[in-house]
Amino acid sequence: MRVKSLFLQHGRQLTTLFVLILLSAALWALSPHFMSLSNWLNIAQQTAINAIIAAGMTFVIISAGIDLSVGSILALSGVVMASALQAGAPVPLALLLCLVVGALCGSANGLLIARGKLPPFIATLGMMSVARGAALIFSDGRPVSGFAPGFRAIANGEFLAIPLPVWIMAAVYLIAHLVLSRTRLGRYTYAIGGNEEATLLSGVNVKLHKTLVYSLAGLLSALAAILLTARLNSAQPIAGMNYELDAIAATVIGGTSLLGGEGQIFGTLIGAFIMGVLRNGLNLLGVSSFVQQTVIGAVIIVAVLLDMMMKKRRS
Amino acid sequence: MISGRPVLEMHHIGQVFPGVVALDDVHFDLMQGEVHVLLGENGAGKSTLVKILSGANPRSSGQILLDGVEVRIETPRRAQELGIAIIYQELNLIPALTAAENIFLGREPRRRSGFIDQKRVVTDAQSLLDELHAGIDASRRVCELSVAQQQMVEVARALSLQARILIMDEPTSALTGQEIGELFALIRRLTQRGVSVIYISHRMEEIFEIGERVTVLRDGRHIETRPIAGTSREELVRLMVNRELKEHFPKVRVEPGAEALRVEKLSRRGVLEEISFTLRRGEVLGIAGLLGSGRTELARALFGADPVDGGRIFIKGKPVRIGSPRDAIHQGIGYLTEDRKGQGLVLNLAVRENICLASLARFSRLGWVSRTRESNAASGFVDKLRIRTPGLGQQVRYLSGGNQQKVVMSKWLCSESRILLFDEPTRGIDVGAKVEIYQLMNKLAADGAAILMISSELAEIIGMSDRVLVMCQGRIAGELSAAEATQQKILNLALGGN
Ligand SMILES: Nc1ncnc2c1ncn2[C@@H]1O[C@H](COP(=O)(O)OP(=O)(O)OP(=O)(O)O)[C@@H](O)[C@H]1O
Ligand SMILES: [Mg+2]
Repeated sequence: MRVKSLFLQHGRQLTTLFVLILLSAALWALSPHFMSLSNWLNIAQQTAINAIIAAGMTFVIISAGIDLSVGSILALSGVVMASALQAGAPVPLALLLCLVVGALCGSANGLLIARGKLPPFIATLGMMSVARGAALIFSDGRPVSGFAPGFRAIANGEFLAIPLPVWIMAAVYLIAHLVLSRTRLGRYTYAIGGNEEATLLSGVNVKLHKTLVYSLAGLLSALAAILLTARLNSAQPIAGMNYELDAIAATVIGGTSLLGGEGQIFGTLIGAFIMGVLRNGLNLLGVSSFVQQTVIGAVIIVAVLLDMMMKKRRS
Repeated sequence: MISGRPVLEMHHIGQVFPGVVALDDVHFDLMQGEVHVLLGENGAGKSTLVKILSGANPRSSGQILLDGVEVRIETPRRAQELGIAIIYQELNLIPALTAAENIFLGREPRRRSGFIDQKRVVTDAQSLLDELHAGIDASRRVCELSVAQQQMVEVARALSLQARILIMDEPTSALTGQEIGELFALIRRLTQRGVSVIYISHRMEEIFEIGERVTVLRDGRHIETRPIAGTSREELVRLMVNRELKEHFPKVRVEPGAEALRVEKLSRRGVLEEISFTLRRGEVLGIAGLLGSGRTELARALFGADPVDGGRIFIKGKPVRIGSPRDAIHQGIGYLTEDRKGQGLVLNLAVRENICLASLARFSRLGWVSRTRESNAASGFVDKLRIRTPGLGQQVRYLSGGNQQKVVMSKWLCSESRILLFDEPTRGIDVGAKVEIYQLMNKLAADGAAILMISSELAEIIGMSDRVLVMCQGRIAGELSAAEATQQKILNLALGGN
């Protein structure tokens, strides 16, 4: 009985988890290297950036929106932070600056959508271009690199033998889960995505909460920018290209409906891992990046198809 | 015109959903040219039974015979092929399309070139709507139509299928007397042509007017099938709810207190014209009127959901500005909308979450929601209104129509608003639960709340109001005291006479 109700509640996430396990088993069979602790830490570290962006994307998609600008926001907040570091700003200040830039871009998205009534697709498509352009202007089109070891420790530091980015990812997901399931912001995010009109007529400040959701997505993009910049020891104005697609894919594989109103944050985490595991495994197998691209696309489609079939069975 | 053997027989029908046995060994049959009424409390399984016939519930068990031949109805398309048409309880129109496009959706007449014959779509749809005397322009978009008009469009769509079995699941829940009359006249014409009708409604007087036999369901089980002639209303109610119901309108009059809401010359171009009235604490003010008379528009304007062009609103004697639903709620106003699916509920949220949606601030501190307090409040309403649900965590989409309505009602009771705008509060609610809701309204009034009740059911308006305002073409056509209000007087005013 407990098992049954567990499945009813988390059935969707369990299916995704099952896909992940299946995939890992297959890769293990193909390449024994795959199942080592160091490889898994490697996967986790590489997944962290996509996973963090995808957490924000999950909020946006649950609210029945979409955010195409996350990759560009990552680039812009990255170069701003890097320039500040180079100009000698203390690390905490530069980090704060980065997060503020990301959150501001996100709230600009939110205001355009909530107040300006622009469709999310259009507003964030515009922001995608604006933020990218701004990143290029700001950095003169050149990478900004060379930072103090204190900053780089964010990427290569460890705590209890686990890399810091993995800790950060875990913290983001824990908090995101609590926000979604336990706070008013989370509840309203689902409600707006499920039926905006009814939510509005229930007296919810829909504009404010939509703006908050997009701000959160911007903030998390900036957090990802910090990790990426620290790892590469350089901030690139062309960083984060196509990251929005990876984030959307992780979210959708994780069972969040593009129609809004439904979804679970841990599903997204599993989705991000499916993509990370796949990339890693294909690399280990020496598959060319062209083929990888194709395989990943196919996996996204199959995962979503599978999910829809399961859903039909259950209802 | 009942003749011969059943056109439809259903035997040993069962349907199980997670946590709910919706139907258990149910029998049903339908004669040619008959109107067979399905009766039962909210959640008894009526909609589930007819959805099996329309192909929307393909996973049921049991046997279905059409003209004595066993059939399997696995898809809505199959049902159409078999000559079964259905009007669902919840509106299923596509808002951005016109009434005509909705009526012929998926079956558009085509020209030889293969393109849709747009002209014929409109003319054919218009003649169907005219046959109903619906007064609806077929080329208007559905999102511009009221709920009642949308119901008429649904009826027209079902008619256009030329079915031999027509299923109507609460087709009249938002219609007023006149439109219901048109619909019944039409049903009679159809049955004379040999069409058989399955009719579901919670309005008891309709059942006696149109039905020939009735089947009562309770808790998913078949209780009895009998001819309606010779059966009393009390008997039917007892079969349905399995207990004695004494009064249908247990109105308790409260001495009205201080002024709660005053409206002066509220206007919105083309919709509302200089509406003025006062609503006092402890009072139930009924608003009657025909389709399109501006009743819902008045409620929406008061609630800040639509802008107004002029007029003033006073709450407890003080002028207020209400620019949004949020403002209205801050002023203690609650608005139960007539369209529960479109505007009342978030279908994929749980019962608990819907009930608490308008009062979440009260259940949270610093943005953190206390689930315990939320659940306590919600389960109070589930008990009080007897909402049939396997749990507080059930998504409301899986509740029966009447139980969904009770959830919307709970949402506004939970918000503790002192001025309640109820737009068709008992739409789709069974006779037993109606009485409970009326008793709740009594209690609210006794506690000093002020209630404005819009209803298409004249009996409800007369039975529960302290005063009645009758609207006609966006104006207040007249005011009647409880003692004066009769069906005839209300109708005269509503039609623009006096
Ligand atoms: N898809 C579903 N999943 C789970 N439970 C369901 C589903 N559909 C219906 N139910 C449950 O089955 C029972 C019967 O529902 P049904 O809609 O047939 O009631 P009804 O007699 O039409 O009531 P009403 O008068 O309120 O419309 C209810 O308890 C309802 O919650
Ligand atoms: Mg029903």
